[in-house]
Amino acid sequence: MLKNLLKATVFATTLALAAGAVSMPAFAEVVYNRGNSADPESLDPHKTSTVYEAHILRDLFEGLVMQDQKAEIIPGAAESWTVSDDGTVYTFKLRQGATWSDGSPVTADDFVYSFRRLQDPATGAEYASMLYVVKNGEEVNKGKMKPEELGVRAVDANTFEVTLKAPTPYFLEMLTHQSTYPVNKAAIEKLGADWIKPGNLVSNGAFTLAEFVPNDHIKLVKNPKFHDAANVKLDVVNYYPTEDRSTAIKRFEAGELDSNDDIPTEQMADLKAKFGDQLRIGAYLGTYYYAIKTDKAPWDNVELRNAVSMAIDRDFLAEKVWQNSMLPGYSMVPPGIEGYTPSVAKFAEMSQIDREDEAKKILEKLGYGPDKPLKMEIRYNTSENHKNTAVAIQEQLKPLGIEVSLLNTDTKTHYGHLEQKGDFDVARAGWIADYKDPESFLGISRKASGNNYSNYNSPKFEELMDKAAADGGKPEARLKDMQEAERVLIDDVGQIPLLYYSYKNLVSPKLKGFDENVMDVHPSRFVSKE
Amino acid sequence: MFLYVFRRLLTAIPTMFVIVTLAFFLIRVAPGGPFNQERGLSPEIKANLEAQFGLSDPLWLQYVNYLKNLLQGNFGPSYNLPDFTVTELFAKGLPISIQLGGSALILALAVGTVLGVIAALNQNKVGDYSVIALATAGSTIPTFVIAPVIQLLFGLTWKLLPIGGWGDGALINKIGPIITLSLPQIAIVARLMRGSMIESLRSNHIRTAKALGLSNWSVVVKHALRGAVLPIVSYAGPAAAALLTGSIVVETIFAIPGVGRYFVDAALNRDYTLVMGTVVVIALFTIAFNLIVDILYAVFDPRVRYD
Repeated sequence: MLKNLLKATVFATTLALAAGAVSMPAFAEVVYNRGNSADPESLDPHKTSTVYEAHILRDLFEGLVMQDQKAEIIPGAAESWTVSDDGTVYTFKLRQGATWSDGSPVTADDFVYSFRRLQDPATGAEYASMLYVVKNGEEVNKGKMKPEELGVRAVDANTFEVTLKAPTPYFLEMLTHQSTYPVNKAAIEKLGADWIKPGNLVSNGAFTLAEFVPNDHIKLVKNPKFHDAANVKLDVVNYYPTEDRSTAIKRFEAGELDSNDDIPTEQMADLKAKFGDQLRIGAYLGTYYYAIKTDKAPWDNVELRNAVSMAIDRDFLAEKVWQNSMLPGYSMVPPGIEGYTPSVAKFAEMSQIDREDEAKKILEKLGYGPDKPLKMEIRYNTSENHKNTAVAIQEQLKPLGIEVSLLNTDTKTHYGHLEQKGDFDVARAGWIADYKDPESFLGISRKASGNNYSNYNSPKFEELMDKAAADGGKPEARLKDMQEAERVLIDDVGQIPLLYYSYKNLVSPKLKGFDENVMDVHPSRFVSKE
Repeated sequence: MFLYVFRRLLTAIPTMFVIVTLAFFLIRVAPGGPFNQERGLSPEIKANLEAQFGLSDPLWLQYVNYLKNLLQGNFGPSYNLPDFTVTELFAKGLPISIQLGGSALILALAVGTVLGVIAALNQNKVGDYSVIALATAGSTIPTFVIAPVIQLLFGLTWKLLPIGGWGDGALINKIGPIITLSLPQIAIVARLMRGSMIESLRSNHIRTAKALGLSNWSVVVKHALRGAVLPIVSYAGPAAAALLTGSIVVETIFAIPGVGRYFVDAALNRDYTLVMGTVVVIALFTIAFNLIVDILYAVFDPRVRYD
């Protein structure tokens, strides 16, 4: 009853604020109403995969390292760490006196338990591959070894040691991913599947879970036991799933939301005019590309793939179809990763007219023309923008005598078909970085990757990627290897990169500390509201 | 009468069984599965996931297990929302959909009936034409147009209602969705009512009643209305089943945590258990309301008897 009354009060306050009817008393709670494009699938760090979950879990839990409001690595549950000379052993010193929200200490054993749980096949973790870089990680996850054999150990209560398979310069970046966050062993063993429910969930982050009503809201409240609680300015963070983008815009306009992480791109021009600086758009680490079956005639011809890629007017796609919410893309790795210059397609320097002429010449040389038209089918998953993109490309290729047909299926059918190596010519795909490293984007074109829908298979590319892995201890050489690998991939047209993603945030001027960054990471602990 | 209801309930069991069986196998025919997504999973990780949910068993065994669990009232975990069981999702969402759908239905029946009667009594006069115009508009303007218009006018321009959200069930949050849900229903009910009322007013027993000198009020309300309401009753049954189980359009636009969206989301996500849950719930509602309609028939129409 009291709880309901409390809820009612909080809600009434929110509403009153939204309506702007009542001025805020000095002692009132600071509530951040945060629009999040979708509900999380799960709040269990080991069962999550999406960026919507990442936003919430970043507030609830604290991994060994975390990201600040600029997406730079900062100490998290570990206050410091050392790396062995060969780059394979990481020793983390855990924060003295850090506790879970129930008051029990956060220990190295918690991390041992959590890392093993992520790899244990019984957990069924989608992101278990994050720890494949850890010694025996892959073997444990594939059931070939026991979780106890994973290369992690508690040296003492405050010292956690991880042994890697090979030097992995981006290991710390990977540790910012939510799947590597610690979970509370005692709670899981005691409560089983119910440990994740509000009231049960024990976490070690800046906030704790108060309510979760699917499709309505998730309420987080400030964790007074968090080590940096003194600097956490918000009392409550309400996450609202805003699947209907148009409604989200109206809710933002009415003050019901303080921020939202997406917009209806088709309304871009109007939104820019209406919201001005509140609409923030910038480069985000993601690539929108078309996979092309490289092992199937006629697409096994590099020149032909190149001609098709060249003839696609990416500026038109970015400006007209995506209303500048995407940028034209000529490489698989998007720009924005420090120390790495993406290898772009050679034709990127040419004007679109020259590209089309060149493409025409290639097609003529290969014998295609009005008598022998080239037929191509584009598969895409349901979305207005994917459809418009495919239709635009269809129109762009028509003058070259390429007859494009379109095939639309729902998302599950689409990816089910691609993963089962079903037959297709060209298929829409996208890739968003899990961690800030080119490997995240190049790995999907490797022969053995389940995401290599193109069936791209280049010994030279494999060799360079292996070399990059071997150069793990030499960051500069490694990035150079990967740049060369990407050069091979791009020249081979192993995939057809089309666009780079942008983040699209609507942010109220009342919010401070919601800073722009290529990972689109905005931990609520650094956000304040006036 | 009781025997009749009992018999009808008994026949519901094989009906449910057929529905569950058909749905179980039909959804499996759809290509892809719950774990296909933008970021592909390695075969091993996918196998781990499928093993966890028992999806690696042969299909017939999954079916037997599902039936066993279902008989114990266990709908299983949702594949795409593993923090919740299907039962929990419905326990949270169904009361919300029932509240909104129920209110909309009552509103629609009350307003629609009155409008229909007014139209019938003023046949081919101004009152009639206004009702017909309203009914045509109500049934032709889709909810995905009505809802944003309500949001714009009442939420943004006049600031009377919130744009969306459930707000822990605050009345103010329900107004928009209820109006949106009820408008098309009002239109349908008014049109049905007008037609059957006109017919009823022309029937022999009404002429007799009038000839006997009964007051106009008594003729209309006691005699004509009672007969005329039957088409509404038969319409209201399936309509109730549909309204009470939620509307994806209204729930999505108003950000309402009901169960309407599960019908579509679950199918698109290949969330097999949630699909089955929604099928069972809709089937139960449909069977129940059809039974209620048949019982109400006996109440309203003295010629109908179930012995």
